Amino acid sequence: MTPRTALFIGIIVVAGQLGDLSLSRAMKTIGEVHHFNPLNLLRVLVRAFRVKWMWIGVGLMAVAFFSLLALLSWANVSLVVPATAASYVVGAMGAQFLLGEHVNRERWVGVIIVCIGVALVCI
Amino acid sequence: MAESKSQRGKTFVLLALMVTFGSSGDVLLSQGMKQLGGLHSWAPAKAIAFFARAFDSGTIWLAIGLLMLFLVSYMLVLSWADFSYVSPASAIGYVLVALMGYFFLGEQVPTTRWIGVSLICVGVFVVGGTHPSTTQNP
Repeated sequence: MTPRTALFIGIIVVAGQLGDLSLSRAMKTIGEVHHFNPLNLLRVLVRAFRVKWMWIGVGLMAVAFFSLLALLSWANVSLVVPATAASYVVGAMGAQFLLGEHVNRERWVGVIIVCIGVALVCI
Repeated sequence: MAESKSQRGKTFVLLALMVTFGSSGDVLLSQGMKQLGGLHSWAPAKAIAFFARAFDSGTIWLAIGLLMLFLVSYMLVLSWADFSYVSPASAIGYVLVALMGYFFLGEQVPTTRWIGVSLICVGVFVVGGTHPSTTQNP
């Protein structure tokens, strides 16, 4: 793996997960949705897109997406996709340290097993 | 207790919707893009013509619709559930795609992929045993 490939895998994993974490933060600001009728769902979506974290999340996800497109122009998909399985561990770390979620030992074990499983499925 | 049970129930329903919309959207998008043929040049005129053809395809619009429903389900479940719960739990989508490929498309699934599928099931089961929400809303 060349340093450039490793750098892009790092950008994809970190930007992608920070994007998802920002989206999660934005939705926690909105609060738990209890009513699922179309009008209320529309209200929730409009409110969500007024939260700055939603736009930060969308921007970071776009960075991850275009970095993935760029990386796939020179690296094999069989290397890139399994490597991005590391996202599950990075995401759980971000959830614990940035969002203050309580990731207990049981959840960590599950996350690591899923991460290995996804890497094997994508090889 | 009853609230916790109902929260777990709606989390499972939304995760199921996320996985269904996300997996079928990805499969249709892939099928639609393959029907278009590859993008062989990034010259602006060729790229614009390629994407114009993409937006002319019913399959691609259906895929976009499904992926938008995926995003809405994802946003809704994150309004109460932990990201560290939703993210690994949604990996069950890989299992769904592998099973659909095997049973409906007659694809050969190599042993390493079956091992991966089994590990994902175990991991999702373990994560599913934890409570979906561990934080108070800010």
